[in-house]
Amino acid sequence: MRFSGLKILKEGLTGNRGWTPHWRDPDPKAEYDIIVIGGGGHGLSTAYYLARDHGLTNIAVLEKGYIGGGNVGRNTTIVRANYFLPGNSEFYSHSLKLWEGLEEDLNYNVMHSQRGLINLFHSDGQRDAFARRGNAMINQGDDAILLDRDGVRAHLPYLDFENARFPIYGGLYHPRGGTARHDAVAWGYARAADRRGVDLIQNCEVTGIDIENGKVTGVRTTRGAIRARKVGIVVAGRSGQVAAMAGMRLPIESHVLQAFVTEGLKPVIDHVVSFGMGHFYISQSDKGGLVFGGDLDFYASYAARGNLPMVEHVMEAGMTLMPMIGKAKVLRSWGGIMDMTPDGSPIIDKTDVAGLYLNCGWCYGGFKAVPGSGNCFAHLMATDRCHGAATGFRLDRFRTGRGLMDEEGTGSQHNLH
Amino acid sequence: MRITCPICGERDRREFYYQGAAIALARPAPDAGEAAWDAYVHLRDNPAGVTRDLWQHESGCSAWIVVTRDTVTHEVLDSALAADIGMEAGA
Repeated sequence: MRFSGLKILKEGLTGNRGWTPHWRDPDPKAEYDIIVIGGGGHGLSTAYYLARDHGLTNIAVLEKGYIGGGNVGRNTTIVRANYFLPGNSEFYSHSLKLWEGLEEDLNYNVMHSQRGLINLFHSDGQRDAFARRGNAMINQGDDAILLDRDGVRAHLPYLDFENARFPIYGGLYHPRGGTARHDAVAWGYARAADRRGVDLIQNCEVTGIDIENGKVTGVRTTRGAIRARKVGIVVAGRSGQVAAMAGMRLPIESHVLQAFVTEGLKPVIDHVVSFGMGHFYISQSDKGGLVFGGDLDFYASYAARGNLPMVEHVMEAGMTLMPMIGKAKVLRSWGGIMDMTPDGSPIIDKTDVAGLYLNCGWCYGGFKAVPGSGNCFAHLMATDRCHGAATGFRLDRFRTGRGLMDEEGTGSQHNLH
Repeated sequence: MRITCPICGERDRREFYYQGAAIALARPAPDAGEAAWDAYVHLRDNPAGVTRDLWQHESGCSAWIVVTRDTVTHEVLDSALAADIGMEAGA
C-alpha cells in the first residue's frame, strides 16, 4: 500500500475501508543475517538503511514492547543541526539533510516542520559563545543567524525581555531547525523497513547474547533462540543491561529527563525556543499543546518518571521567560530513560566481540539523530567501516582520552551532562 | 524523593548534590593502569534496581553519604556516611 493524494481521496469517498496494516507481524525465523536489538527510532532506521543502502533484507528488528512505545514516542520532537564541535557538527548536519528528504523517501508524512529554532542568550559572554557556535554551523554548511534583541523581538514578541536576572540580549536563530511528529517517524521507518522485507518482531525481549570463540552467533529471546551473523545493540536507556549480556560494561549511566505538555491551545508559539539560563525549551505541537522540558533530574534512574523539584524548576523557568503561558493547564508529564555518556556525545562503534555492534549514548538528544544514526550504524554494520559522518563516535575515546566531544565544556564526567 | 542524611535526618532531595555511583570511593592506585582507571572514571554497572551512589549533603552538614536506592522505584533503602564505609568498600 502506497500513500498518495489520489489514494486518500478515493478512501475518503469510499468509507476508508481500503487501508491495510502498515507492517506485517511475523514470527521470528530461526536465523537472520542481521539482528537489530531495539525497535525504537534508531533501530528501525538502522534496519531501513541496511535494506535501502546495502541491499540486506534478511534482517530482524527485535522489540521487547511495541513499535513506538519507547523513547521515540516520549521525546519533545526537536530536530536541529546546531552542534559546535567537529565530530558532532558533521553528523547532525548529515542527519538534518536526511530529515529534509525523509517524507518522500519513506512515502510517509512525518510532519517535519522547519519552523526555526532560537537559542536565547542573556549576557555578552553568551553572545560571543553563540556567535562562535553560529560560525561553526555555517562552516559546516548549515544555517545560523545571530539576532540582536530587536531581531528576537520580531520573532518572539511575547517574551519577557526586561527580566532583571536574565535580560534577553539576543538569540541564535537556526531556520532549518524545527520539529517532527515523533510517532510518525517510528511508524514511517517501520513501514518502510517492512516493505523492504525486514521482519519487525514485537513483544520479543532479548534475554541473552550467544558468543562463540569471540564471535557473536545469535541471541536468546522470550520467543526462542535466533541465530545471526551480526547483531546490533540499539537500546538507548537499557544499553547497560543488554551490553552486560555480552560481558561488557559501558561508559553509560541512565538518567531521567522529564517532559510536559499542556492542553491544546490556538497557535501562539511559532518556533522552537530555548532559554539557556533557565534550562527550559518549548514548542507547540500541531495539535496545539505546548511541549516543553528542562534539564535532567540528575540522578541515575529507570523509573520513566521524575521528581517534583525539577517539575517546579521547569515551570518557574517557563514563567520567567514567557509569563503568557501561566494559565495554560498541564495535561501530562512523563520521564524518559536517557543513556548518558561522560562527555554527552554518542557512541556508534564495533565492540571487542566480532559481529557485535553498539549504538548508544544519545543522552537527551537522540530524536533528531534518528535518520543519521540509523544511516551511519547501517553503514558500519554492513561494511565494518565507520561512516564518514560518524567517525568521532568511538567507544574507546573515554579510555584513551582522545577525541572526547564535550559540547558543554563541563568535563568528561558522568554527573556533569 | 527524600534522602536520609545520617547526621541531619530525612531531607528534601534538593539539599543534596549527586556525585554518581559509589565506585567513586574505590579510587585505584595511581599506577593501576589504563584499564583500571577507565573502569573507575567511565564504566558503570548502571543497574535497573538496587544501586549505591554517592551524594553530598551540600545544603546541610556537607557530609558525603552513600545512599542505597532503587533506580526503578526511587525508593531510598539505606544511607551511611562515606567516612564510615571507607575507600575499599566503595565499589
